[in-house]
Order: sequence, then C-alpha cells, then structure tokens
Amino acid sequence: MSSDATLAEVCVVACAEAWRGDGEILASPIGTIPTIGVRLAALTFEPDLVYTDGDAIVLGAPLPVGAPPEAARIVEGWLPFGHMFDIVWSGKRHVMMGATQIDRFGNQNIACIGPWARPKAQLLGVRGAPGNTVNHPTSYWVPQHSTRVFVEQVDCVSGIGYDRAAAAGPTASEFHEIRRVVSNLAVLDFETPDHAMRLRSVHPGVSVDKVGESTGFPLVVPDDVPETRAPTDDDLTLIRDLIDPNGLRNAEVPS
Amino acid sequence: MADKRLTEADVVAELRDGMTIGIGGWGSRRKPMSIVREILRSSLRDLTIVSYGGPDVGMLCASGQARKVVYGFVSLDSIPLEPHFRAARQNGTIEAMELDEGMLQWGLKAAAMRVSFLPCRAGLGSAIMEINPDLRTVTSPYDGQVLVAMPALPLDVALIHANRADARGNGQYLGPDYYFDDLFCRAAKRPFMSCEQVVDTDDFMKLGTEQTLKISRMLTDGVVEAPHGAHFTHCVPDYQRDEAVQREYAASAKDADAWAAFRAKYVDIPESDYRRLIGATE
Repeated sequence: MSSDATLAEVCVVACAEAWRGDGEILASPIGTIPTIGVRLAALTFEPDLVYTDGDAIVLGAPLPVGAPPEAARIVEGWLPFGHMFDIVWSGKRHVMMGATQIDRFGNQNIACIGPWARPKAQLLGVRGAPGNTVNHPTSYWVPQHSTRVFVEQVDCVSGIGYDRAAAAGPTASEFHEIRRVVSNLAVLDFETPDHAMRLRSVHPGVSVDKVGESTGFPLVVPDDVPETRAPTDDDLTLIRDLIDPNGLRNAEVPS
Repeated sequence: MADKRLTEADVVAELRDGMTIGIGGWGSRRKPMSIVREILRSSLRDLTIVSYGGPDVGMLCASGQARKVVYGFVSLDSIPLEPHFRAARQNGTIEAMELDEGMLQWGLKAAAMRVSFLPCRAGLGSAIMEINPDLRTVTSPYDGQVLVAMPALPLDVALIHANRADARGNGQYLGPDYYFDDLFCRAAKRPFMSCEQVVDTDDFMKLGTEQTLKISRMLTDGVVEAPHGAHFTHCVPDYQRDEAVQREYAASAKDADAWAAFRAKYVDIPESDYRRLIGATE
C-alpha cells in the first residue's frame, strides 16, 4: 500500500473494484475516472474484462485515456452501437454511469431537473439507463458527493432502483443489480435486507459523519466502516505511467 | 439504370409540413447537416424529428420547425448538453417523446418489420412508462412474462449521411460505426442519403471491405453529393468534429440575437459558401 496516493487515484481504485469478479463481460465506464478504473482492473485483478476505446473499437490492451483518434491501438474486436445494444439485452455487461440524482434505493436521474413535462433544467435524457438497469449490473460514479445528488426522491427515474424494480415485477427485477456507488467521499452499496443504500467504505481522511451530512437521506451505516482500499504501488505506477500519464483524473477529482 | 443523384434542395422539395423525419448519425457524429441546413432555409414546419439527437435536433428546435422530438438523448458529445434543445424543452416550445436508447432502436425496427410493436424489457419500472402514458405492456402468451410493447416508429422520410455512395444509391461507411442509419432507412417511406463523395460502383472495394457496404440501393430514394455535408459533426475518417464551430453553435443559444448571427453566418448561405467559410477545399 502506498501513502502518497491522491484522492483521484483512490477513486480510480474504488471504481476498478466495482468490476471485481465480473470475468469476461463488457465493462462500460462513463467518465474519466471509471474509464481509468476499468483499464486498471483489466491490467491487475480482472484480466478477462472486455472494454472499448469509448467508441466502437474493442481494445486488446489498455490505451491511455484521452489518446487522440490517430493513436496506435491493439484492436481485438468491433462493437458499434447496434452490437452494444445486443450485449445490453443479453446481460453480458456491467456499466458505471453518472448520476445527477440518486436515491436510497438506487433510482438514478440523468434526464432533467424539475417536472419532466416542463423541466427547470433539461439534461441528457434517460439515455440507456432504463434498459441498462433491467438487463445487467449497473454502478454509478458521483465525482461530487452532496445532498444535491443524493436525494430523497429523484425528479425523473432514468435508471431504476430496487424498490421500483420489485414493484414492476419479475421481468424488471430478475437481472436488476445496482452494484456500487462510488463518490469522491466514499463507496456505497445496497447489501442490506431491503436494499437501502449502505456505506461500504470511506476514503482516507473522510469521516462517516461527513458522508452522512453530504447525503440527503439516512444511510445504513455499519458499526465498523472500513477505509476504502488504498492503491498499491503497482496500481499507482500503472495509473500514472500507463493509463493516465496526462493526469486527466485530476480534472474530475481535484486533490 | 436509375441515377438517383439529387441536390439538397431536391430532397427538401419532397418534404411536407407535419412529416415525421428520422435523422441518422449519433449525437454530434455523421449527421446529414447540409440537408438539415437546407430544411432551415425552407418554410417547412410542424415536423416530428426522430433521432439519436445532436445538432440536427438542436437546430430544428432553434428554427422553430420541430413541433415534436422523439429521442433517447440529445447531446453534442464534447459538449454533453445540447443548448438549443435544452432551451426548447425548458421553454415548452416542443412536444417530447423520450425513450430509452434501445427502445428507440426497437421502435424503428418494428416500423422496418411492418409490425405494430416489438416486446422489450427496457423501460419497465422507469419514468419512461409515466412520461409516455400511451406506452403499454404485453403479456407473453408462452410464459406470462410481462414486457413493454414498444410501438413502431414509422417515418415519412429518413435522412442519413454516408462517407461514399454511388449514383444508384448504394452507401458505404468508412468509419468505425454505422450507427442505425440502415434502420432509419428501412423504417422510412422515403429515405435520402447524402455522402461525402459519389464514386463509381467499381471503386467501393478499393476503399473498404464488403462489410462497409451497409446501405443497399433498395433503401435509398436519392443521393446527394455533399462534401463536408456532416460538418460540424464528425465524419471519420474523412474529418473530425470541428470543435471550434460547434462551440460557436453552442454559444448561439444564449439569446435570439446570437442565434440570428449564427444563422446568418452558417445557415442562410449557399453550401458552396459554407464550404469556403469552413476552409474546405472544393
């Protein structure tokens, strides 16, 4: 374990850990730090993960994040969006999406703020979140943990949480799993009897109280909350020298 | 043997007020922008636009010609939120049908198959079922599985942009993703394709493999040779996205004057002037 890891690097490792045990499935990260996380997982403990350059190229070996389109790469496969949807619907995928809002049962919103009919702020739209969450494991990455993101009720349910999956019936719930929520403060999961969000670990230097104050609903907090796994020396070398030599991670999570 | 070559103006002359128009590409990638600009220069109105949306949707919102938009997302990719689309949604100037990305594909597929719906899992439990109150579920007659019955999204017209095409209407993609352009064409009564360059049929295999020939002439009613026709969206490998012009476009959502200035500079001019303006060689 290394003591000089930055917060961004702790977050990279926490994101990578979300894919531990997934084996030979498509790992789809949205955002810089989750992308570094997938490539780190593939280079260390999860070598069979399948991952792309962010477009239609399946990479045979990790490419630095932010590499220009003309940069050389090892191509092992082709994955245009049409094939991507085939994979989503087959279940062989674990995506880590962003969340403008998320609630205690993992309902996520990326569509709009305010009433959908006449939003105060139109965002992306639901994108693939409704289909992702009923077809295969989904995790979320929140670079700025706050009560604006972790809310009692989301404005437009894009990705569905455990309560709504159960209410929608077995076709909605049979492949539903919200694996992790990784933020700049902590790692959260839903490993509780009623699938309410639980504090899984806090990042170094972050108190349990700080996470609670930054969350807009009561979290399930175990008696002993461990610290998030610190990056190993090997992790740091891979992140700094190979996967993100230009430090793009620091733009998403400043030190 | 049919020669299907047309101009952008010929294509737009085939369009009517109130039509449902599907637009290929994805986000700010390989959009048939020269035809979209031609629509902006026309008096067409009350259009329903079906798209994995980018500046095609944004411009038709800004011009007031889109009455309704059917989308899974609208984004400029490097600028995640499409500002003209946002303004239209926030000001309530368009009707919206928001879908999961896969549901949109399924709706086009159903139209292409000439069936009224296709079942899918996506949508169950999400806001999609509430914000689209006409959506229904269907129960499988085999095992009782309950699925969303995604209705067909038939198109009056599809507009796509390819890297190369021949005069008969075969289209070729040279970039890494053909998106859903073939599906948009199959779902449409009148599909039209613009392309960077019209080539001899015999040239296709010099440019790429058989797998790049994704659009059959059975799928196209017309071909427009439009060099830089996807600009400012990207059309790889012919050109990358013009981020500077895209930023200028995004900034033009600030107010009516800014949009009017953008429009005067980039839209209300002949395409030959447009190409000179962006520094493309003729």
